[in-house]
Amino acid sequence: MEKFTTLTAIAAPLLRINIDTDAIIPSREMKRVSKTGLAEGLFAGWRYKTPGSREENPDFILNQAPYRQARILLAGINFGCGSSREHAVWALHEWGILAVVAPSFGSIFQGNCVRNGIVPVVLDNAIVESLARQVESDPAKRLLTVDLVECVVGAPDGSRHTFAIPRADREMLLEGLDSIAVTLKRDAEILAFREQDKTRRPWIYLPTAA
Amino acid sequence: MGRTIIDKLWDDHTVADLGDGASLLYIDRVFLHERTGSVALKGLEAAGRHVRNPEQVFCTMDHIVDTTPGRTDDTRMPGGREFITSTRASARAAGINLFDLGDDRQGIVHVVSPEQGIALPGVTLVCPDSHTCTLGGLGALAWGIGSTEGEHALATKTLAVRKPRLMRIRFEGKLAPRVYAKDLILHLINRFGASGGTGYAIEFAGSVIRSLPVEARLTLCNMAVEFGAWTGIIAPDELTFEYVRGRPFAPTPAQWDQAVAYWRTLPSDHDATFDKEHEVDCSGLAPQVTWGTSPQQGGSIDGQVPDPASENDANRRQSAERALQYMGLEPGTVLNGVPIGAAFIGSCTNSRISDLREAASVLRGRHVAVGVKAICVPGSTQVKKAAEAEGLDQVFRDAGFEWRESGCSMCFYAGGESFGLEQRVVTSTNRNFENRQGPRTRSHLASPATVAASAVAGSLADVRKLATV
Repeated sequence: MEKFTTLTAIAAPLLRINIDTDAIIPSREMKRVSKTGLAEGLFAGWRYKTPGSREENPDFILNQAPYRQARILLAGINFGCGSSREHAVWALHEWGILAVVAPSFGSIFQGNCVRNGIVPVVLDNAIVESLARQVESDPAKRLLTVDLVECVVGAPDGSRHTFAIPRADREMLLEGLDSIAVTLKRDAEILAFREQDKTRRPWIYLPTAA
Repeated sequence: MGRTIIDKLWDDHTVADLGDGASLLYIDRVFLHERTGSVALKGLEAAGRHVRNPEQVFCTMDHIVDTTPGRTDDTRMPGGREFITSTRASARAAGINLFDLGDDRQGIVHVVSPEQGIALPGVTLVCPDSHTCTLGGLGALAWGIGSTEGEHALATKTLAVRKPRLMRIRFEGKLAPRVYAKDLILHLINRFGASGGTGYAIEFAGSVIRSLPVEARLTLCNMAVEFGAWTGIIAPDELTFEYVRGRPFAPTPAQWDQAVAYWRTLPSDHDATFDKEHEVDCSGLAPQVTWGTSPQQGGSIDGQVPDPASENDANRRQSAERALQYMGLEPGTVLNGVPIGAAFIGSCTNSRISDLREAASVLRGRHVAVGVKAICVPGSTQVKKAAEAEGLDQVFRDAGFEWRESGCSMCFYAGGESFGLEQRVVTSTNRNFENRQGPRTRSHLASPATVAASAVAGSLADVRKLATV
């Protein structure tokens, strides 16, 4: 996974509330057993004029210059709610989004972001709306900065907004860590837990697969 | 200080304290399906890693498989066959339990998992599927994850998790006839919003919960994710123990007493504290139905479509305006009587035998209205067989419903079957999102009994007011 430290980029406001992962990538766009090839299906229901077509809907924000170069998304509450499909995050990342700033996230989506190099930034709704107004006035010039080292979002008007992110999530993003390798450093503890647990809860431990 | 059921399960599964409120939790059971499990198994293979304890890992085919009788690996979904064959190959190579097409244990993951005794009180169970919270209905600590986290659980038997805040919601009073767990959870989401539970693990408690049958508890917990919760859980009790006893993967008779003794220690202590508590009076609760494109946009069947202009919050107002446009509804319309074109009974929310019995009790001696496409998809092969043994399939068929093989089916549209452009569907599923059940399809969530009554009426209907046959 690529490391994320700080990013200054065009931000696209998509401030609808409760944007679900079905909207981020419709099920019909998940055509292969693969983590790639998904950018084309990103927001397909909104991005294209008719289902199944690839004729762009000019009203959709990511079809408009300069938002085509956006690397940051500004969103409403509960962004990424619904289905657990990690394809939503893979599609966003492949399209180019590296940070999403919203008042709250669907919890599985938030976890998926961290595991794929996208920073989920939680800021108050009023701040997100203020950031949206600022960038909208001149999106190509009024850029947003997401600084994960300092945990601060820098706005075009010079204001700085501190955000909280769990320590482990921040480390994983900053270092681009492989979480399985990190956990397996504790393998002795895991095996010891299992040995003790076998006596305490023997019914958990099934014979071979049927 | 007393501990909640969630505290107890957290403590009992903690392998290591990771600091900052996070723990490395031991995962007792992993369940996979061909939609998101295949990519996790492939990812693991690509990284040269192995499934640890494959005997505690399960996989079913539910999301992509066709539900028409005589089905094969071919599906109407573009690329669907690869999801099935890839999952099968990876599952066999990994040596995990596979409930394949043709296996009589096959079905929707969250229907199969309680049915087979894989989900049990007190276990940690994860699945790359958001409705894994369903299994909280048995007193399991179960939650949905992504595919990458799935790889982590498969390879290490653990997940690193930050402990959520704790909420308790007490449902008090007595449910009126024809009002169900589905109505409870839709009402809750409507009252507190689709992010009302964000950041929380929620214990559902109160007199209504104690008298709910186990399958209804599964329905309630199923939509905890639609409330934004990390998961929901209900303390196991005698009803739970009786439900679990004798199921294929449940504790053996020799293990039974030890398991039950442990399960009895799990309910929250009397002096346990939660970060937030709500009480919901259920006495006057009517059957619920949604009118919008978020589960929070709903209300009583005898209510009206609200006027977005009356919404103070600008975001909620815009969301409601957009939803009404999508749904083709005007403010002030009485929900009872809105014409429908289709009715669907199925999904991990409401496709168990008790759901089919309730729907059949409405349909017996009646027929769906002219022009209504009606489909029933049993939640598992076992549910289908049980229903057929009781003659329920004939009730559905006689009423004009299609009777299908089990699977997720038209709960979502994957490029195969859909209800059609701007078709209005009353559905026992869990998501009324834009385009969820098909391009521009308009979904109204409701209980199976309300779906059945609406199918008969040809319009959204109050199941309490059906004329006797």
